[in-house]
Amino acid sequence: MEVLKIATAGSVDDGKSTLIGRLLYDTKSLTTDKLEAIEKSSRKKGLDYLDFSLATDGLVAEREQGITIDVAHIYFSTKKKSYIIADTPGHVEYTRNMVTGASTSQISIILIDARKGVIEQTQRHFFINNLLRLKEVVVAVNKMDLVNYSEDVFNEIVSEFKKIQEESEYKDQKVTFIPVSALWGENIAKASTNMEWYTGNTVLDHLENINAEDFQKSTQTRFPVQTVIRPKTEDHRDFRGYAGKLNGGNLKVGESVTVLPSLTSSRIKEIYFFDKKYVEASSGSSVTITLEDDINITRGDTLVKSDEVAESFKNLRSTICWMDSKSLVPGAKYLLQHNTNRILTKIDSIETLKIGNYDAGEINSNLQINQIGQVTLKLSKNIYADTYENNPENGRFILIDPATNTTAGVGFINSLNI
Amino acid sequence: MNNILNQNPLESEAIYIFREVVTQFENPVLLFSGGKDSITLVRLAEKAFFPSKIPFPLMHIDTGHNFPETIEFRDKLVKEMGLQLIVRKVQDDIDNGKSVEETGKYSSRNSLQTNTLLEAIEEFKFDACIGGARRDEEKARAKERIFSVRNDFGEWDEKNQRPEVFDMLNGRIEIGQNVRVFPISNWTELDVWKYIDQEKIKIPSIYFSHEREIFERDGLIWTASEHVFKDELEEVKTRNVRFRTVGDVTCTAAVESHARTIEQIVHEITNSPISERGARIDDKRSEAAMETRKQQGYF
Repeated sequence: MEVLKIATAGSVDDGKSTLIGRLLYDTKSLTTDKLEAIEKSSRKKGLDYLDFSLATDGLVAEREQGITIDVAHIYFSTKKKSYIIADTPGHVEYTRNMVTGASTSQISIILIDARKGVIEQTQRHFFINNLLRLKEVVVAVNKMDLVNYSEDVFNEIVSEFKKIQEESEYKDQKVTFIPVSALWGENIAKASTNMEWYTGNTVLDHLENINAEDFQKSTQTRFPVQTVIRPKTEDHRDFRGYAGKLNGGNLKVGESVTVLPSLTSSRIKEIYFFDKKYVEASSGSSVTITLEDDINITRGDTLVKSDEVAESFKNLRSTICWMDSKSLVPGAKYLLQHNTNRILTKIDSIETLKIGNYDAGEINSNLQINQIGQVTLKLSKNIYADTYENNPENGRFILIDPATNTTAGVGFINSLNI
Repeated sequence: MNNILNQNPLESEAIYIFREVVTQFENPVLLFSGGKDSITLVRLAEKAFFPSKIPFPLMHIDTGHNFPETIEFRDKLVKEMGLQLIVRKVQDDIDNGKSVEETGKYSSRNSLQTNTLLEAIEEFKFDACIGGARRDEEKARAKERIFSVRNDFGEWDEKNQRPEVFDMLNGRIEIGQNVRVFPISNWTELDVWKYIDQEKIKIPSIYFSHEREIFERDGLIWTASEHVFKDELEEVKTRNVRFRTVGDVTCTAAVESHARTIEQIVHEITNSPISERGARIDDKRSEAAMETRKQQGYF
């Protein structure tokens, strides 16, 4: 069955968790025991309605404060498709968790409180969606019940949002606006009777009509080797297979491939998935590949089609979203993880990010937690990369602090030559 | 030879995760309970490393209060596949005074498993423990990363988790820390059953409808067993039941069912008004039962 991965975004108290809880309730995805637990907790909080945010705010600290601290992954399905929703936090201080949730999603739902309109967090989240190149955004203007279901208020917000959309440097996404009340379930799965001026789809109908396959961008094939499989058993004494996940495009038996970074070439002899051999494997498959020639390949190497060799770089220009409490400063050294490869890198410069008219915040040559900036890096060894725009899987990386081992930031490669 | 491979994305993701585990860690182990999720993990691991054998042992943290069918199944699977099985017993930690048996009507060794697990991690110096937990099971699990770092006391710092972006997994840790790895995080209960059906994976008989001596308490169906406390007013009856989730006898409730095939099970859970863990006695202790156990180092 088709799977659609969705991230929610929006500021604190815009009703993200409530919207998801409502979707679950209206699609009958909340089982009796879960519903009883929500009823009990809602009563305990002194509410006379069901607090659906309790369906997704799974941590004690979240329920206590009524906020979302970290991503929750929620699963439900209709007859048409399966959904995975990453319910992400709205607080600026949890932006890193918002990026974590959005990074594995195909589309996003941005919530706006109808009483507040487009605010800084809306712009920030829309910017992150664009940075991730999400092709489809649903803007749910929530709490319409608190503005008397006013069409004027809705239209005002739509035009405000369209302004930031026009200023955005990424133009390929589709934006759909829906007026809703998540609390009362209006235009979530059921059409509202209080907003007859709105003739568009409910949120659920809109999601049902999205074709998830449209989001799979076919790019050049990259096969980062995770591990070499050498059983050395009687049946497979000379077997030497390269295990990995195929990114971007396909691979076929007989095709000429080049190993990066050694630039040696060979042909694909076999493509295994478990005990079966295939003529061709499509993008996204985890397979084991054997080659015609015995060449030296280890974890961190990447197989590509010989006529699609990526370029080699010693410096990178990238957009980095910083996720660590220890600020990023010029001269600092980090481990850069690019696919299965880890190399040392040194931060060269950090500048204020200027993309379109978006103001990501003034950077005084250091990047603090949850800030996004323009960073140039020097690499200890060449890497064969692409820009995130051209080949997302081969155009992104994480920075690991070698002292604390934490994932300190995520980077999107903008250009390889500085 | 087969034509074009179009892999199920969930299967591809799980295999990718297994391969990251064996290369990023020195000494991984697969936590095996004998339940359907850990059995599914064994199948995925087999696929990830074929034609090599599964390159890590299985470990069962045994409460001693097992369903005999699960243990029989475990031993048969290990033998047939030539796997290495480590068993560490909660009973041993009770005997040597490291754990204290619970008492009373609801006593269970479920939470004592944490102690035995942490002891075993130290004993074997495991740096990665692979488990079959899924995010759709429970609200605290819905919050957890695929590579979930534990400190040297086995504790989960749920408010300060390591960011996990795209498919890039960072398994770097300090000595003494360990990582819990959940390859089927994004699978739902239904995904697991469909996979078991598709792959013709064998599972213990207690997942299918059978006659069993039970008694009812708090709206749940408890197994009548020497390990389960039952007061005299609680009447033992024979019913057609099956288990939807399998822990040990003291923490898992049965459900009334006539489902004898996987097809019937899929039909039953698709239409069930109750969630999978609605039959977990261990989750019902409090609203935050799972989160609390996880913080302390539970699976």
